[in-house]
Amino acid sequence: MRFLDEEGFGRLMALLAARGYVVIGPTVRDGAIVLDRIDGAKDLPRGIREAQGPGAYRLEATGDHQLFAWSHGPDSAKRFLFPPREVLSTATRLEGELRVDPAPLPEVRYAFVGLRSCDLHAIEVQDRVFAIADPAYRKRREESFYVGVNCGHPGGTCFCDSMGTGPRCAAGFDLALTELGGGFTVEPGTARGEELLSELGSREATGAEAAAAAAVTDGARERMGRRLETDDLPGLLYRNREHPRWDQVASRCLTCTNCTMVCPTCFCNDVVDGISLDGTEATRTREWASCFSEEFSHMAPGDVRKSARSRYRQWLTHKFASWIDQFGTSGCVGCGRCITWCPVGIDVTEEIAAIRVTDGEVAVAEEVVA
Amino acid sequence: MSPKPRVAVFKMASCDGCQLQLLDAEDALLELAGAIEIANFAEASSRLEEGPYDVTLVEGSISTPEQVEQIKEIRAVSRFLMTIGACATSGGIQALRNGRDLAEVVRQVYPTPEYVRSLERSTPVAEHVKVDLELTGCPVDRGQLLGAIAWLLQGSVPRPPTTPVCIECKRRGYVCVVVARGEPCLGPVTRTGCGALCPAFARGCYGCFGPSQPPNTEALARRFLELGMSPVQVAEKFRFITGYAPAFRETAERLEREEASAT
Ligand code: SF4
Ligand code: SF4
Ligand code: SF4
Ligand code: SF4
Repeated sequence: MRFLDEEGFGRLMALLAARGYVVIGPTVRDGAIVLDRIDGAKDLPRGIREAQGPGAYRLEATGDHQLFAWSHGPDSAKRFLFPPREVLSTATRLEGELRVDPAPLPEVRYAFVGLRSCDLHAIEVQDRVFAIADPAYRKRREESFYVGVNCGHPGGTCFCDSMGTGPRCAAGFDLALTELGGGFTVEPGTARGEELLSELGSREATGAEAAAAAAVTDGARERMGRRLETDDLPGLLYRNREHPRWDQVASRCLTCTNCTMVCPTCFCNDVVDGISLDGTEATRTREWASCFSEEFSHMAPGDVRKSARSRYRQWLTHKFASWIDQFGTSGCVGCGRCITWCPVGIDVTEEIAAIRVTDGEVAVAEEVVA
Repeated sequence: MSPKPRVAVFKMASCDGCQLQLLDAEDALLELAGAIEIANFAEASSRLEEGPYDVTLVEGSISTPEQVEQIKEIRAVSRFLMTIGACATSGGIQALRNGRDLAEVVRQVYPTPEYVRSLERSTPVAEHVKVDLELTGCPVDRGQLLGAIAWLLQGSVPRPPTTPVCIECKRRGYVCVVVARGEPCLGPVTRTGCGALCPAFARGCYGCFGPSQPPNTEALARRFLELGMSPVQVAEKFRFITGYAPAFRETAERLEREEASAT
């Protein structure tokens, strides 16, 4: 384990930019810590923390000089690796001939600074969806550099400890930092992380520094805002698919899509075509979509998931159960964003707990339990 | 090449803002003029040709006895009738008078009320004639309008999205005003199409695109009450530009009854 002082951290930021990366990091905008292009450590949220709960988020000044003393805001790396809107292809019609051109592969290389363990996991979850079939995603993903920051400040809605995805960065990073007073302990996770670190002028961390770094994440584990009992979640949700709680939550849910938009693993998308007035040029664009949209399940006979109940149930059951059947991993990394950024504060951990305490109250016919 | 489709633009009770979305379209306007024949568009040209028209755009609500007749005549000469804007699709801001004493409202607004001949209610065009496509918004979104025309020219009827404004607000990375500021926003019950214009300026949506997919207005109203608003203040939020749309009106009426019975 190495130790990098504050100046060394500044050198890290400069070196990433010098190597041609577009540096993406946390920064304050409109009352929240968002992810955006940053130009050095000066743009980071120094001395700022946030308070979050169901449907509520506020920034506060801490009076200290820490750069990473907060837990994440609404954005995750998804915004950059799987952009909200992306042109897939264009088509031109000239003298009866139709030409279709796939969009050129993206040229941008990102360096993500300050990703938490939950979000590093979320990227690996999305890899299972996009990496095989989407060359633009793959290129952005492979060419990006990932600087994780071990979490010492879980938010009021976080439950990564329950999902086994944090608070300590275990994989998926090139460098992982732990912020201590006056600097950072650093661990490389890849050869290119190691190589970059060797240029930064770090020193070996002392035993006391290594112990302090371990204490940061141990303390975070104790302070998780939420917990979730994950024992046999798929079984629980499948056998309770007619549970009255689905009606109860549907009476509160706005079907507004916010939970799916902020979820770092949600991948649903729609492909829309635009055409010029003279009919000679068309553009095919992929955009973020959501299972909370009624039109998202539109098929020839009409909308399949007409009720808010069926849409909420689809979302929660996919995240925590059928995702595992489909991709071999949970669709939830416990980041808590869907709880904080739900305008009416619906809490997945509370919904699941409510079903668990009355498990089996509503029987489901055997033959349809797949 | 087949002759260019004949297009007409008519106006009922409205402010002209939606038609201006067409007239202000600059570059696209030239392209549009190349693709269609503008047969009747009083705001753009004094050359007004008789129908039939292939595509007719109607701005504005039905607010006078004459308009009730006029819209039937327009329908009869239009192959495809598209209404544009909040007035044409939900009665508009002038529908605020609906349910009140019309004579009293007219007296309050006009110095010479005897000149005003108006219907009791301002209503959407679809209450009077069959409408083939509705584009909402105050005003309509220019991109959505030109896009719809472009698809119609290809013989395809577009399906404007019904998902709430929130989806676009998040795609664009705006910070939610309800969650981060505790301010009311109608985005969760309003259909997307504007590009989340109001949240872009850190203010709540006031619902000008009208109700989204079956909207849970009651759940949002409960949230606004939690934020410290009174039932009547919440009702006023729903009774704004598209307040006569049934989903918004019903919740507003229920809240007004709630406040009345509490006092
Ligand atoms: S479901 Fe909620 S808590 Fe889980 S990863 Fe998605 S946003 Fe985070
Ligand atoms: S759970 Fe909350 S954020 Fe998700 S669709 Fe329902 S109201 Fe919106
Ligand atoms: S600001 Fe309004 S439109 Fe945007 S996410 Fe929040 S509630 Fe939805
Ligand atoms: S945010 Fe709402 S009020 Fe503002 S332009 Fe869009 S639909 Fe209209």
